[in-house]
Amino acid sequence: MTSILRRKAERIDELAEAGGTSLAADAVKRMLHNPVAITGAVITILFVLLAILAPFLAPKDPYIPYDELRANLRPDYIPGPMDGFVLGSDHRGYDFFSRLLVGAQQTLIVGVVATLIGVTVGMIIGGLAGALGGWVDTLLMRFTDILLAIPSLLLAISIAALFSQGTQWTVIIAVAVVSVPVFARLLRGAMLSQRASDHVLAATALGVRRRTIVFRHMLPNSLGPVVVQATLTLATSIIDVAALSFLGLGDNNTSRAEWGLMLAQAQSLLDVKPSLAFYPAIAIIVVALGFTLLGESLREALDPKNRR
Amino acid sequence: MSLLQVRDLSVVFHRKGTRPFTAVDGVSFDVEPGRTVGLVGESGSGKSVTALAIMGLLPKRNADTSGEVLFEDTDLLRLSDRQLRDRRGRDLGMVFQDPLSSLNPVIPIGLQITEVLERHRKMERKQARVEAADLLDRVGIPDPNRRLSEYPHQLSGGMRQRALIAIALACRPRLLIADEPTTALDVTIQAQILALLSELVRDTGTALIMITHDLGVVAGLCDEVNVMYGGRVVERAERHALFASARHPYTHGLLASIPRLDAPRGEKLVPIKGSVADNIPWARGCAFAPRCPNALEICREITPELEPDSGGMLRCHNPVSRPVAAGEGVR
Amino acid sequence: MLRFVIRRLLQAVPTLLVLSVLVFAWLRLLPGGPATALLGDKATPEKIASLNSVLGLDQPIFVQYFKFLGRVLTGDFGASLISGDNVLTEIGRAFPATVELALAALVLAVGFGIPMGYLAARYRGRFLDNATVLTTLVGVAVPVFFFGVLLKYVFAQKLGLLPPSGRQDVTIDATHITGFFTLDGLLTGELDATWDAIKHLILPAIALASIPFAVIVRITRASVLDVQQEDFVRTAESKGLTTATIRQRHVLRNALLPVSTTIGLQTGLLLAGAVLTEKVFNWNGLGALLAQGIERRDYPRLQALLLLAAAVYVIVNLLVDISYAIIDPRVRVR
Repeated sequence: MTSILRRKAERIDELAEAGGTSLAADAVKRMLHNPVAITGAVITILFVLLAILAPFLAPKDPYIPYDELRANLRPDYIPGPMDGFVLGSDHRGYDFFSRLLVGAQQTLIVGVVATLIGVTVGMIIGGLAGALGGWVDTLLMRFTDILLAIPSLLLAISIAALFSQGTQWTVIIAVAVVSVPVFARLLRGAMLSQRASDHVLAATALGVRRRTIVFRHMLPNSLGPVVVQATLTLATSIIDVAALSFLGLGDNNTSRAEWGLMLAQAQSLLDVKPSLAFYPAIAIIVVALGFTLLGESLREALDPKNRR
Repeated sequence: MSLLQVRDLSVVFHRKGTRPFTAVDGVSFDVEPGRTVGLVGESGSGKSVTALAIMGLLPKRNADTSGEVLFEDTDLLRLSDRQLRDRRGRDLGMVFQDPLSSLNPVIPIGLQITEVLERHRKMERKQARVEAADLLDRVGIPDPNRRLSEYPHQLSGGMRQRALIAIALACRPRLLIADEPTTALDVTIQAQILALLSELVRDTGTALIMITHDLGVVAGLCDEVNVMYGGRVVERAERHALFASARHPYTHGLLASIPRLDAPRGEKLVPIKGSVADNIPWARGCAFAPRCPNALEICREITPELEPDSGGMLRCHNPVSRPVAAGEGVR
Repeated sequence: MLRFVIRRLLQAVPTLLVLSVLVFAWLRLLPGGPATALLGDKATPEKIASLNSVLGLDQPIFVQYFKFLGRVLTGDFGASLISGDNVLTEIGRAFPATVELALAALVLAVGFGIPMGYLAARYRGRFLDNATVLTTLVGVAVPVFFFGVLLKYVFAQKLGLLPPSGRQDVTIDATHITGFFTLDGLLTGELDATWDAIKHLILPAIALASIPFAVIVRITRASVLDVQQEDFVRTAESKGLTTATIRQRHVLRNALLPVSTTIGLQTGLLLAGAVLTEKVFNWNGLGALLAQGIERRDYPRLQALLLLAAAVYVIVNLLVDISYAIIDPRVRVR
C-alpha cells in the first residue's frame, strides 16, 4: 500500500518539475541580461579570485616589516611608493600593497564564516519553528523578534563586549549573532507559506511523512530568499566588522591583515598618509557594493511575479 | 449628431522582450446622446482597453494609440493633458470594476466626491458636501450624511459601487463608461446596481457605454450592442435583433452557451470550442476561424470586413442564418 | 482610537520587562565581573569576595534581578565607575547632545530623502532615477565612520570650511540652558553661539544621516511606484483631477505609509550610528559615554544607558504605531 502512495508522490514531483523551466534556471537566464546583476557578479568573482590568489600575487611578505621601510618612518612621514614596494609602507614598516591584497583573503574569510554561522543557526531556528509550529514556533519567534528589535550595531557591540580579549572570533561571532534572527525569520516565513501551499497539502493528504515533506518539498522552495539574504548579509558583515574594529572591539592582533582592521588603524594617520585609510575603505565599499548588487538582482530574478 | 464617434481606434502595447501586441484593432462605433451602447466580449477582446483609450487613461509609454475619438466634434486623442483633464469628470465619467481597489483607502468617501465637484463645478467645500450627500442619496445609500465621513473599507461592496457611480455622475457628464461594474459583486447586488444605472441614465439623459462579458447584463440595459472579438468589432445590432437572430457565429455561440432553466435534465452545456489562444491574426483571415463551427476555407485566407447586414453591421464570410433555439449548439 | 493607544501601551510593558532581563543578563555575563573591574590590579580573591558581598553579587540570581528592577524603577543607578559622577546626571548632560545630532540627521534624511525618492519614481528609468538608486546603494555600502572621517578630512582639514570636532568653540562664551546648543543660542539671544553650534553640527549630521537617507529614498521610491499602479489612482485620473491633487491626496498619502514605519525603525539605526559618529567627531553624547563605558567596564553607566536605549526604542515604535493608525484608518479596526 505504501509503495503505491510513494509512487504517487513521486509522480506529483515529476509533474511539478516538468511544467516549464525551473525557477532557478529562469532566474539565471534573467540575470544574464541584467547589467546590474552582471556588475555585481563580476565584482564578487574578482574578489573571490583575489582572496584565493592573494598570497601568490603579493610581491612582498605581508607579515614582516621591512628595514628599508622602517628606516624611513618618522612621526610625520610614512614612505610612499618605493622600488619594489608598490604603495609604500604602512605605519609600522610593512608593505602596504601586499597587506592590501592579502586583506582580501582575511576579509572574505571573516565575512563568509560569520554569514555561514548566521545562516546555519538561523535556519535551524527558523526551520524548527516553521516545521513544528505551535508553542515552539511562538517561543522561538518571540526570542528572535526581541533580537531583531535591537539595532544591529548595538547588538554586535554588546556581544563583542562579552569577550574579555578581542580576537578574530569576537567579531565573527558578534556579526553572526546579529544575522541569526534575520535568517530565522526568513526561513520560518518561507516555510509557513510553503505549508499552506497546495503541493504540500497534496503531499500531506497522500500520507507522505512529515520529515519527507519538510526536506523534499518545503526546504528547497524556501532556499531562494535565504540565498539572497546571505549575499546581502555578506556585504553588511564586512562593513560591521570594520565598524567593530574601529571601536576597538575587534581583533587585538594588529599584524593580521584585514581591511576593516587596516581601516580602523589608519584613522589617526590621515594627516600623514591618507591612502592608508582610503585604499582599504574603497576596497570595502566596492566589495560590499558588489555583493549588494548581486543580492538585489538575485532577489528580483527569483521573484516569481517577474516570470512571464 | 452623435455624441461620441470612435473611428478606427487602435491600441498597440509594447513591452520589452515581447512582440508588440495589438489590443484594439481598428474599432469604430458611435454613441448617440442618451443611448446605452454595449461592448461585449471575453477577456482579451479589447473592450476595456477601448474604454481606457477613449478616456485617455492608457499609460503613454507602453501604449501607441491611433485613430480618432470624436466627442462632440473634438478629437480626444489630440488634446493636451490639461485639456483632457478638464473634460474628464466633467463631460466624461467612468465607473470601474473593483469598487474596493478603485477608491482611495485613506480618505473619506465624502472627500472623494467633493473633490470632483470642487474641481469642475467650482463649488465651495460646504456646498459640495451638501451636494455629495444628495448624490449618495440618489444612488440609494441610506443615511448619506454619515457616510460622507466614512472610509471605503467601512462600506459594503454594493455601497462602494454606488458611491463610485455617484462620483462618476457628480458633474452630470454627458457620457458615462461603465467597465464591468457588477462583475465583482454578488448576484443580488448586481441586479440592484444595474437597475440603478438604468434609472440614472434615463433621468439624466446620460449616454452610457456598458462594457461586459455578460449577455444578461446587455439584455437588460443596452439599446445597441457591439460584439468584440480579438480587438475588432465583429457584430453590431440593436438589442432585440441581436438576441432574436444573432448573425455572427461567435455571438451565436455566446448565446447558445447560456444554460437555460427550462432545458431538459442531463442536457450537456454547449461551449465555444477552443480558446482565445487558438486565434489566428486578423491580417491573415478571420481570427475566430479556428473555433468557428461555420468556418469555410475562405475564412482562413481573407479577412472579413465589417459590412452592413440586416440593420446592423457584421464581419463574417459565413454568418448564421437562423435564430438561436434553446440550448442548441450551432450547426 | 483611545482604546488602540491603551492597548499598544499595555503591550509595550512586557517588551520592556523582557529587555530589562536581557540587560541584566548581559551585565552579569560581562567578563571579569564588576568587582574585578573595580579593583583592577589590586584584586585578590578575598577582596573580590568581600566586594561581591558588598555589591550584593553573592545572592541568588532572582534576588539580584528584583533588586536591580527595584533600583531601576526608583531611578537609582548609582555612580559611574570612571568619573564618579551620578550616572543619571551624566546621562542627562549627554542626552541633549545626542538628541540634537539625531534630530538633525533625521531632518536631513527625511527632508531630502522623501523628495528624492518621489522624483526617482516620477522619472523612473531616466537618468535621475538611475543616479539616485546608485547613490543609495553606495550610501549603504560606505561605512558610516569612514564617511564621517572622509567628510572631516575634506571639509575640515583640507578646505577648512567647517570645524572638525566638538560641539562648540570654547572661544565663544555661550550660555547653556537646555543643553541643545543651537536652541540655547536662540533662547539667550546669542546668535553667534547658535551659528557656531550649527557649524559644528553639519558634518556629523550629514555623516549620520547617510544610511537613513539611502533607506528612505529607496522605500519612498518603491512605495510611490507601487501606489502609482493602484486602481484608485486611475479613478482619480478619470475624475479629471489636477496632477498636483492626485500627487498629494492620492499618491503620496498612500505611498508615505510604509515610509513612516521606516522612519521609526531608522531611529534604531540612528542610535547605533551615533556611537560611531560621536567617536569620529568628538561629540560628547550618549554614544561616547557608551563607547567609553564598554571599554572600561563601567557597569552602572552601561546599565543605565542600555535600559535607556531600550525604553527609547520601545517608545519610538509605539509612537510610530500610533501615527500609522492616525494616517491609515484601516489599522484602527484591529
